[in-house]
Order: sequence, then C-alpha cells, then structure tokens
Amino acid sequence: MEQQNMREEILFTANADPKKCMKCGKCSGACPNYDKMEYHPHQFVSMVQEGNVEPLLESESLYLCLTCMVCVERCPRNVQPARFIEAVRLAKIRQQGENRLKPQDVPELIDEDTPQQLLVSAFRKYTK
Amino acid sequence: MQRIGVFVCWCGSNIAGTVDVKKVAQTLGREPGVVFSADYQYMCSQSGQDLIKDSIKQYKLTGAVICSCSPRMHENTFRKAAAAAGLNPYMVEIANIREQVSWIHKDMAAGTEKAIILGRAAIAKVHLNAPLIAGESPVTKRALVIGGGIAGIQTALDIADAGFPVDIVEKSPTIGGKMAQLDKTFPTLDCAACILTPKMVEAAQHENVRILAYSEVAEVKGFVGNFTVKIRRKARYVKEDVCTGCGLCTEKCPQKKAPDEFNLGLSNRRAIYIPFAQAVPKVATIDPDYCMMLKTGKCGVCSKVCGVKAIDYTQKDEFIEENYGAIVAATGFEPIGLDKFDEFAYSLSPDVVTSLEYERLMNAAGPTGGTLLRPSDLKHPHTIVFVQCVGSRCDEKSEKGVPYCSKVCCMYTAKHAMLTREKYPDTEVYVFYIDVRTPGKNFDEFYRRAVEQYDVHYIKGMVGKVVPENGKLKVQASDLLENRQLHIDADMVVLAAAIEPDKSARPLATMLTASMDTNDFFTEAHPKLRPVESPTAGVFLAGMCQGPKDIPETVSQASACAAKVIGLLNKDRLVGNPCVAHSDELMCNGCSQCANVCPYGAITYADKEFRMPDRTTAVRRVAQVNPAVCQGCGACTVTCPSGAMDLFGFSNNQIMAEVDAICK
Amino acid sequence: MQVRNEPWKPLIVAFCCNWCSYAGADLAGTNRLNYPADVKIIRVPCSCRVNPLFILRAFQRGADGVIVCGCHPGDCHYTSGNYYARRRMTLLFSMLDYLGIEKGRTRVEWVSAAEGQKFAETMNSFVETIVSLGENKRLEDLRCKTE
Repeated sequence: MEQQNMREEILFTANADPKKCMKCGKCSGACPNYDKMEYHPHQFVSMVQEGNVEPLLESESLYLCLTCMVCVERCPRNVQPARFIEAVRLAKIRQQGENRLKPQDVPELIDEDTPQQLLVSAFRKYTK
Repeated sequence: MQRIGVFVCWCGSNIAGTVDVKKVAQTLGREPGVVFSADYQYMCSQSGQDLIKDSIKQYKLTGAVICSCSPRMHENTFRKAAAAAGLNPYMVEIANIREQVSWIHKDMAAGTEKAIILGRAAIAKVHLNAPLIAGESPVTKRALVIGGGIAGIQTALDIADAGFPVDIVEKSPTIGGKMAQLDKTFPTLDCAACILTPKMVEAAQHENVRILAYSEVAEVKGFVGNFTVKIRRKARYVKEDVCTGCGLCTEKCPQKKAPDEFNLGLSNRRAIYIPFAQAVPKVATIDPDYCMMLKTGKCGVCSKVCGVKAIDYTQKDEFIEENYGAIVAATGFEPIGLDKFDEFAYSLSPDVVTSLEYERLMNAAGPTGGTLLRPSDLKHPHTIVFVQCVGSRCDEKSEKGVPYCSKVCCMYTAKHAMLTREKYPDTEVYVFYIDVRTPGKNFDEFYRRAVEQYDVHYIKGMVGKVVPENGKLKVQASDLLENRQLHIDADMVVLAAAIEPDKSARPLATMLTASMDTNDFFTEAHPKLRPVESPTAGVFLAGMCQGPKDIPETVSQASACAAKVIGLLNKDRLVGNPCVAHSDELMCNGCSQCANVCPYGAITYADKEFRMPDRTTAVRRVAQVNPAVCQGCGACTVTCPSGAMDLFGFSNNQIMAEVDAICK
Repeated sequence: MQVRNEPWKPLIVAFCCNWCSYAGADLAGTNRLNYPADVKIIRVPCSCRVNPLFILRAFQRGADGVIVCGCHPGDCHYTSGNYYARRRMTLLFSMLDYLGIEKGRTRVEWVSAAEGQKFAETMNSFVETIVSLGENKRLEDLRCKTE
C-alpha cells in the first residue's frame, strides 16, 4: 500500500504517462551514463508503471542521472523518462526528510575549477 | 396526415443494454401520426425486415421511423425493405440510438430519454417527408488509374481484361513504381524485376491499356460515372511515338552529373536518360534541370546522335482532357525524410543508408552492380547494424515520425539480413527491434530462418546513438533482455525508415474530393466492409495510398479494386441520389447567388413566362437545377435570399421540425 | 413549456455533416467514448446546409448551445461547403454576440470521419462551457410560455 501511494506521488510529480512506453529501449540506448547506473532510464519508466518503486528509491542511480534529457529527446513515444527519474529523486528526498547534499560536505567537494553554477544546480538537484 | 410506424431495434444487447427499448416504443407510439410501434431484437435481420414490410402493408403506413444503428450502416437496408413493401424508400428515417445513445451513455434513464427525443425528431421529419424518385445518369465506360506502381498496373490489367479501356497516369517517366527498385521480395525471395517487368510489358501491350507516363492529373470535374479529367503531359523533350529506346543518346550525353533518382541518388546519370533497362514506355527523357541545351542553348549532342530524330527541344507541357466513369487512386508511398533523426547520423555519413537505398546496393542493376559495397569507400562492410522502426510508431506529440506501424519493415529487414548473410557469410549482422511483427503466410517462418539458419543477431532494444569515427560507425544501443548497453563498431547502418503516403496524394485527394486521414492516407468508405472504395462515389483505392501494406496485399487490393470498378462500368445507367436541390420558380428572382456557390455548376438560368394575377404574362429569369449534376450539399439553399432553393430529403422545414422536436 | 422540477440540464444541438463529423460521431460510439447525453445530433448533408435560421430557431426554442461540425478545411465532400459554413457562421456568431448570446454558446468544429476521439473531446468541452455559462434565456420565445 505504501508503495502504491509512493507510485501515485511519483506519477503526480512526473506529470507524464508511463503507459505510453512501448519498451523500445531507445532512452537507455542513448543514455551517456548507462554503465554507472544500476537501474536505467527504461527501467525507471516500467518500474514506476508496475508500482515497483522501492528498489528505485534505494538505488544510487537516482543521483547518477545527469539530467541531460537525451532520453526525453530521443523517445519516440514522448514518455519523457528523465521526468520519472527526477520524480523518484524528489520523492526520495522528501521521504527521507533530509537532503542528499549537506552544506558541511560541500567544501571537500570543491576545487578551484568548480564553477559556481554547478554548486547552485547541485543544491537544486540534491536538496529539498 | 402521415401514418407512421415506429420500429425500435434492440441490436441484441447493444441498444437494449442501456436503453429501455420497450419504453421508447411505447412513448413514441403515442406521438401524433404514429399508428404502429414495435420493438424487435434485430431489426436488420430477415425477420426484422419482414416485420417492417408486414406492418407497412397491414397498417397502410406512409412513413417509417427506425430507431437503430447509424444510418450510415443500415439506412439502405431499411429503405430497400420499405421499397419491397411498396413504400417509397425516402419515407424512411433512422434515429441513431446505438452510436449516439447506447454506446455513448451508460445511464439507462438518460439514454432512454435521449433515444425518445431522437425518435421524436425523426418522426417530426417523416411528417414532412415526400416520396422521392431517383434520377439516372449514364456511365462513361473508361477507367483512370492514377499511379503506375504494382497497385496501378494490377488494377489496370484486371479492368482491361474485363474489356474496359483504362488509362494509367504515372508521374515519373516509367511505370513500375517502388517495386521496380526492389531487389528480392519476401518471403519467397524471388526477384522483384522478374515478377514485375512481365506485368509492365503486359500493360504496355494490352489493347485496352493506355500508359500516360510522365504525366499528372491537373483537374478533376464531374461525378461518379461521368468524370472529366484534365491530364498534364509533361514535356519529355523527346517524341514518345518516335523514340525507339535505343539508348544511344544516354551514352553520348556529356552531362554526367545528374543524380539518379532510380538509385536514390547513390549514382549519377546523364541529363537524357531512361530510368532503367526494362522501363515502360522505353523512351528517353531529358531532365531540364541538367540539360545544357535547354539551360544554355549550347550542346545538342543527343539530337545529333539520334537516328530517328526523336529529340525536340521545343516541346511544351500539353494538356489532354478525357472522360472516365471511375477513378482509381494508387499513388503509393515514400520513405519519410530522416532530417529529424540526427541521432542515426544519416546526414553525417554516407554509410548510414535507408533500407530502400540498401535495396539498390544489393540489386544487380544497382550502382554497385549487385556487390555489397559501402558508399563511402566502396569496401565490403563486415559489420552491419539494422535499426527497425525508425520514425514508425512515434507519439503524435513527439513531432517526428509517424504514429502508425509501417508494416513492411520487419519483413524486409529480415530479408536484407538473410540475403547479406547468404552472400557474405563473413558479415556480422545485427538487427535492433522493438517488436518483430510478422503476421502473414510464411512470414514468421521466414523471420525464424533469419535467426536460426543465418545466425542474424536479433536484439530487443533500440539504437540510441550513431557516431561516425575513423571510418567506423560507433553504434550505441540497448539490449533490453540482457539489460546492458551495447557498443558496436559497425561498417554500415541500415535504417528501416517509416513509410508515408506520396506527397502527390494530398493535392490529388483535394481534386477528387476524397477524404484523407491525419496521416494523409486515403480513407476507405468502410474500414472493414468497403476497404477499396473511397467515400466519394466512383473513386477507388489501391495499394499503399490507403495504408501500409506489402506486395501480396497490394495486389489483392488492386484486384478487389478492379472488381469494384468493373461492377460500376458494367452498369449502363447509374441511379442517382434524389436528395438534390430544387428551386421554387415562383419565389426565385434570378439573382444568381446560388449558381455562384454551387461547386458542381448544377444550376442554370432560364427565362420563363409567368401568368400574373392581373392575367398578364411576364417573363422572369429563374434558376433551374440539373438533378444529375447536383450532389445535394445544400450550399445554395442557405445562400438563396428569397428562400426559393430547397433540398429534397433535407428541406428547411424538415430540419426546422427536427430542431423543434429536440428543443421541445 | 413544462415547469421544470428537476435540476437544469443543458440542451445542446449539434449539426453534423454526413461525410465527416457524423461519421466521426459514429466512430466515437463504436469506440464507446463518453460524452454527455445533453448533446443531440442532427444530420445534414454538409455543414453548408446549416441555415443560420436553424440556429436561431434552436435558441428560440430553448437550446443552450449550438455546435456545427464539418469536414476539415480542404476535405469537404462537396469541395467547398465547409468554407461557406465557416464564413456564414462567423457572421452569424458576431450577430448573436450583439443579441447577447455569449460567444461560447456557439461553435464551429472540424471533425473528420477518423476522429471519434476528437468528437467526444469536443462535445465534452462544449458541454462544460455551456454548463459554466448556465441556462440560455436570451432568445426564448416568450409567446410559447404558458405560465
């Protein structure tokens, strides 16, 4: 039941329809960070559709998505897989009640070349 | 006062499930003028029709209202039943309580109420119906086939064999169409040219077939049985009746840089050319975009070498006008443009080809003489990746590709893979598929052979990216069943591009007033029961222009289409639609407004003498409608300022009565 | 005119051309798509057969909305009928506006024979508009009133 509610929440946030997917795998075929990810873009879509969201929430793959949107661009069915990944990530952050990126961790991650914009977007992406 | 019978159909549970048919019959039975009402399980069945016939006779009915399915379905059935019982068929009206009520509304009370209202409207209309008698028109016993591919050729041959003259209008210099470009055909692997060219020759030699190649339809007028078509015969700059097709000019022409359409631009041809060796008619054509003589006035080589003096640089487009009884659209298809699919690097590398281009590369008469060489360096490819569904099955919102399945790609890709492995066993062949769709006789067996006998790697997944790098094509794809991303260094990538209707189909449909769907395929009159007829009477459909289909299906549809055309041409006279406009001469003041809006030119004017109240005579100009030409659209009735124009079957009073009945 | 005890339900008259929109409505039925029972369809050969008088009459007799459906521009079975309809209706609707009939109560839509989905969607959205506009009293023929 908990999973079901979580699925509804994710679907609401994603505002996209996983039923449109015809399982062609073009999203994962195009994904530049495929090898690092445990679950791949097409699996996000089908697992959310099947309500099997628990493994996704526990997976590191959430944070490995580059949000490059190539899956959205390539998808022939306009399913927008990146929206599902984004929605699962948001659900995770909200569920935990804590952020993935804590301010005190930041200084360690920075080197001189890190652009300011990256920090801003990382905060946007990894915090509530 | 009419004596009206009301017949409510249950349509099994289709209507009775959501509409209280008994209540509808009872309530409508109390309407003024209704002398009989009944309900029955299947009104369209023989016993249902007998019920109607018997009631008409027994109750001396002068009108009938059938509450049933859509009039587009069974209006004719019930009209015929009424006619058999001696009632004028146009005294029958249908209240559509299936498509518009029981299938739409789930609520019994609301459905029943709406059914009663629709029934009342139909009763109100029947009260004002008048018996109509259909006029007749003659049939021109000649057919026009637009498009000279396998669909057009087959249709023309079948019609011609039945003894009717046929013209084939083909826009390119030769008939043959896309099939002439193919190498082998699935699932038997017989060569396309071997089975097509005899048909082309048969068409050329048939006494009833006239081939108008390099021509286009410019204008269509008229209606079923009586079309008048203007055909533009484009200038070939070669006299078709003189040229012997020896081909000397095509060897001597100094302009060698024109892209060869027949080889899809994979090779070049001369400015004067014969598309391929078996072309019909085998006549040279000058390409005005490349001919130096036509562009600059300097050259004239072909004219000098031509032994029979067939070259005529001064030729102009000519128009011929011809009458036809029936028109067949067989305009065919094209592969879609791939400019929106940059991920496959089609525009970046010559080694990424479409399947039709691959077909030419495999063909013995193709640019490589039948040896498979990749276009960039003319070397043998050792790894070939086939990608299916390129542009097919796309969501409408994704703004690229087409929403439908192109149907033929699975099979021709299996064919390509198999032929490649057969000829070059050292080649690794990968096929990326989403689904393999092989319904058809011996089709799945064919695909299984590709997998089992020829070791083609079929991988469930889609290619996401192709990058040309150091003479190789880096293919990145997903293997969904193995759950991994594949990286393949390929020598060639073959894209199974979706097919779409030929660009010439849309303007043609407008000329024919034949309807099209959102994908520009011609719409059939009924998707299941009238699949080869257009909703526009006298226009028939064959081949890919109606929807994706393979050669066996195209040929069957073409023959079916021919059967329909023969059926039409066999009639001496056609019974017309009596629901045509007519003008009340006493009210008409001859203003010409109706003639201006009439799309068919059915309205003419005549001076008529009228007796005035004071016993003098006056001559007035009044409108007259030719019922054979009028199609009954009603544009004139609304335009007429004096209300003299009205339409039989849909008169002002009838529609007004329907409005009143609905708004009661 | 009978006294209404039940809650108000909109009354909508749809004129559908025989070749495209009526077939589209049939397709909506065949596909079992839902739209409110308030829509009553009148079949006409072409959208150009719709006399402005019919629409005025419908409003006079208590219709709350009138929609005219025809083939898509360029697809008319009679070549040009829907163009005439479009021009006539544009003119009529601006006059109705002048009479105080809100713009939303009238509509022209192009629905092809293949667009069952679009037909149902169009009817749903039109009924929604009419419900939000409420009952039409502007053109009621008071002579028909009995009370």
